[in-house]
Amino acid sequence: MSDVLKSLIEIVGKNGVSTNAEELWYYSRDPGVLEPHRPDFVVAPKTTQQVQKIVLLANSEKIPVVPMGAAMALTGLVIPLKGGIVVDMKRMNRILEVNPLARYAVVEGGTSQGMLKAYLQKHHPELRHSLPDAPAATTIAANVSLHGQGRLSQQYGFNSDMVTGLEVVLPTGEICSIGSPSLGPYWFSKSPSLPDLSGLFLGWLGTTGIITRLGLMLYPNKKIRDVEIFVTDRPELVPEMLYRLTHLELLEDINAWFQPKPLVFKDNYQITIYFTGDDDDEVEFKRKMVWRALQPYMDSKDGGFMSIQYMKQMLLEMPQRTIADFADVAKGGGFEYSGPIIPIEHFPRYAAKLIELAEKYNLLYAGAARLISGGHAMMFAVSFAFNREDADMMLRVKQALDEATEFALQQGGIPWKPNFHEQRMILQRMDPNTRRILEMIKRNLDPRGIMNPGNWEAN
Amino acid sequence: MEKTYPIRHGDVVHRCFRCGYCKFPGDYTDFNCPSYKAFGWDTYSPGGRMWLIQAWMNKEITTSPHFAEIMYACVACDNCKNQCVFPKFRDFLPEIFEEVKEKLVEEGVVPPPVRDYFKAMTIYGNPYRLPRDARGDWAKGIDVPEFSAQEYLFYVGDVGAFDEVGCRMARSVARVLMKLEVSIGVLKEQEISDGNDVRTMGETELFRRLALENITTFKEKGIKRVITLDPHAFNTFKKDYPALGADFQVFHHTEIIAERMRAKRMELFNYPLTVTYHDPCYLGRHNGIYEQPRNILKAIPGLKLVEMQQHGIDSFCCGGGGGNFFTDILGAGDERPNVVRIRQALETGAGVVAVACPNCAKMLLNAVKEEGVEDRLEVLGITEIIERASANL
Ligand SMILES: Cc1cc2nc3c(=O)[nH]c(=O)nc-3n(C[C@H](O)[C@H](O)[C@H](O)COP(=O)(O)OP(=O)(O)OC[C@H]3O[C@@H](n4cnc5c(N)ncnc54)[C@H](O)[C@@H]3O)c2cc1C
Repeated sequence: MSDVLKSLIEIVGKNGVSTNAEELWYYSRDPGVLEPHRPDFVVAPKTTQQVQKIVLLANSEKIPVVPMGAAMALTGLVIPLKGGIVVDMKRMNRILEVNPLARYAVVEGGTSQGMLKAYLQKHHPELRHSLPDAPAATTIAANVSLHGQGRLSQQYGFNSDMVTGLEVVLPTGEICSIGSPSLGPYWFSKSPSLPDLSGLFLGWLGTTGIITRLGLMLYPNKKIRDVEIFVTDRPELVPEMLYRLTHLELLEDINAWFQPKPLVFKDNYQITIYFTGDDDDEVEFKRKMVWRALQPYMDSKDGGFMSIQYMKQMLLEMPQRTIADFADVAKGGGFEYSGPIIPIEHFPRYAAKLIELAEKYNLLYAGAARLISGGHAMMFAVSFAFNREDADMMLRVKQALDEATEFALQQGGIPWKPNFHEQRMILQRMDPNTRRILEMIKRNLDPRGIMNPGNWEAN
Repeated sequence: MEKTYPIRHGDVVHRCFRCGYCKFPGDYTDFNCPSYKAFGWDTYSPGGRMWLIQAWMNKEITTSPHFAEIMYACVACDNCKNQCVFPKFRDFLPEIFEEVKEKLVEEGVVPPPVRDYFKAMTIYGNPYRLPRDARGDWAKGIDVPEFSAQEYLFYVGDVGAFDEVGCRMARSVARVLMKLEVSIGVLKEQEISDGNDVRTMGETELFRRLALENITTFKEKGIKRVITLDPHAFNTFKKDYPALGADFQVFHHTEIIAERMRAKRMELFNYPLTVTYHDPCYLGRHNGIYEQPRNILKAIPGLKLVEMQQHGIDSFCCGGGGGNFFTDILGAGDERPNVVRIRQALETGAGVVAVACPNCAKMLLNAVKEEGVEDRLEVLGITEIIERASANL
């Protein structure tokens, strides 16, 4: 047995480390199209102190450390590109605190979205968090590590904007609190009125430390949720429609999407509009305002509301489980999306590009955009399904996604949850001074280059 | 060229997206896959298993003791099948896991306790290594007749026949059935194993032999209707035996008792007790029987039925399914399923966990002892509760 393995067993116990072929095989990949790479160890800590010891060991041995949640980012962000230790965070899944009046929760770094949802439903039904439509098993810490978005991002911004404090194990092993918890017991603010150090960790894809605890803003959970879908066959009108909808300042979530299958959706662009209320009057008022905002398009026969009774339950589900079904449209257990963050007026050109790429590479596609912060930006998901048994199809998806990222960069968009190759494309295009800051931060926080290496690296 | 697969449903295995919904109950309260909860590696979740099977079929990993352990750690509770978001293949998940175990049996690479189980079944006809003629001992002290043209055979199965807790439950069920004037007879030492767990552990040939022998005996004795103590036997009699030529009807004891209690008033005294009911996987998820056991409990005056958060289709398995009752592959660690389940029961504030399966009874009773909560929680078969209520204890 190697010394490192012995030390890891000392830290987390026998059941917390694996070097079995089965775990090494599984933890060397994610469900996307990137090539796998084997870790040397898979470790599952249960406490911050264990995480700290793992990182200290890795640091002294100069072994890579890759924090992992549910591995569902799909872009290979948890593939140990340079081997080392994959740290499966999911055994750290306690919900430590809910402050109902200040509306925040404190959770451990491997807590899943689903468990927080269930916990709130049971103990604080008047509160909710911004659930992404990612599978319920995905973790909250990972989601903020990649600037995810959820049901409340239209109203309140990226999910990472909703962080109220962090506990991080730095690459050099120090345990560090960020925001109000660095001064006292409360987890209500990640920055103001301090310099916002959370920016050293949020969006860094696990390259600057391991989040072991985080505070998260909670929001009112209104008693009723409802949904409408507006359909148009003119993509060029979508940004204006979204603009009118966001002007209302009333809506929970707004998604614009299009897909060729099933046939009812072909050549159409749907806008799903979610709204909430504590009673029917509030809900009906909002519905009326939504209809009023989009009335001009109905008058000009450019769009109309769909009858959605039959799919309402599915649409209102959180997370929307059927989204994962896209992985089976090619009968093959896979899809991957790149989702650049873009200004909303660019929706039509991205839509056209997606359709063009699907045709060029002969792929099944879906396009979906979620508005962020009242329309200041949108995440535009370029999704392609693939059959895992079909290596050629997987290659075509990879090429199509690379091309989509290239396109996004040309258009001034920001690739979201970029894979290591796309990160390089970003760094190459980035203002050199900005890149230098980024590199400086990384070098200073992680002098031995052990944290998720291969990511946010120019070479 | 058409690809060939080592298992029958090999062609759908790669369609798993490993999204992880299969790990949860419908409301995501906690992990609901016992082997994932117990071991904590993604490989022990249904999605992890699917991916490993794909790798194994593609020869990216080889058959190994660890691979076998992962496969045999599945408790066949069917939670994954209900939670998987892929309607086109989710129904095959439990079968896929079973098919792999079949292959492991063929290859002779099974965990030692599985090997020992098969050995005991082959030599003794029961996993307890007890003499065959001790099989009827459970019925000592109660006046249950041997089967001879009664309306129903009361079939107790291995656990009901040999395990102390199972025997207690079997006697109680027999007494209540007789009190409700259900015409039953038993096979005593002529009874043999139903083979449900033999089948889930992949020994299909032994299962076939057991099933055919049971079918022949039942035919020879003119048995047309069977009441089982145990949901495992109920499951295999109902689902697997017809294809092998069985032509008898099968009922779980809670079905018959619920119906009889509706039709025939049983004298039940006020029994002020808070009870939570644990759904056995082979009764609930596998066969959709959720209401009858609850209706029986609700019929007891004064009894308050409270539900665990994970109940009904979302029930958390006691850990005894898939043969684990005998092999105990999940029996170590803080998160072993029976202990987890008992913690869930304690949360309800109930003083009794009601069960309808002897395996669950034993698993949960052990957990109550291990957790040292005997003074707070009792594990009782549903009929044992009825008997107490009718005896005005
Ligand atoms: C069907 C489907 C729908 C989706 N919908 C959405 C959506 O609506 N919104 C959305 O935002 N995303 C969505 N996603 C993408 C993705 O699943 C989510 O962003 C999810 O939050 C990723 O979480 P994870 O636990 O799987 O992360 P992982 O893939 O495990 O990790 C992602 C990154 O976070 C890092 N990381 C993990 N844990 C830590 C930690 N504790 N500390 C530091 N770094 C860490 C990893 O190293 C990696 O770089 C969707 C995906 C699918 C498959």
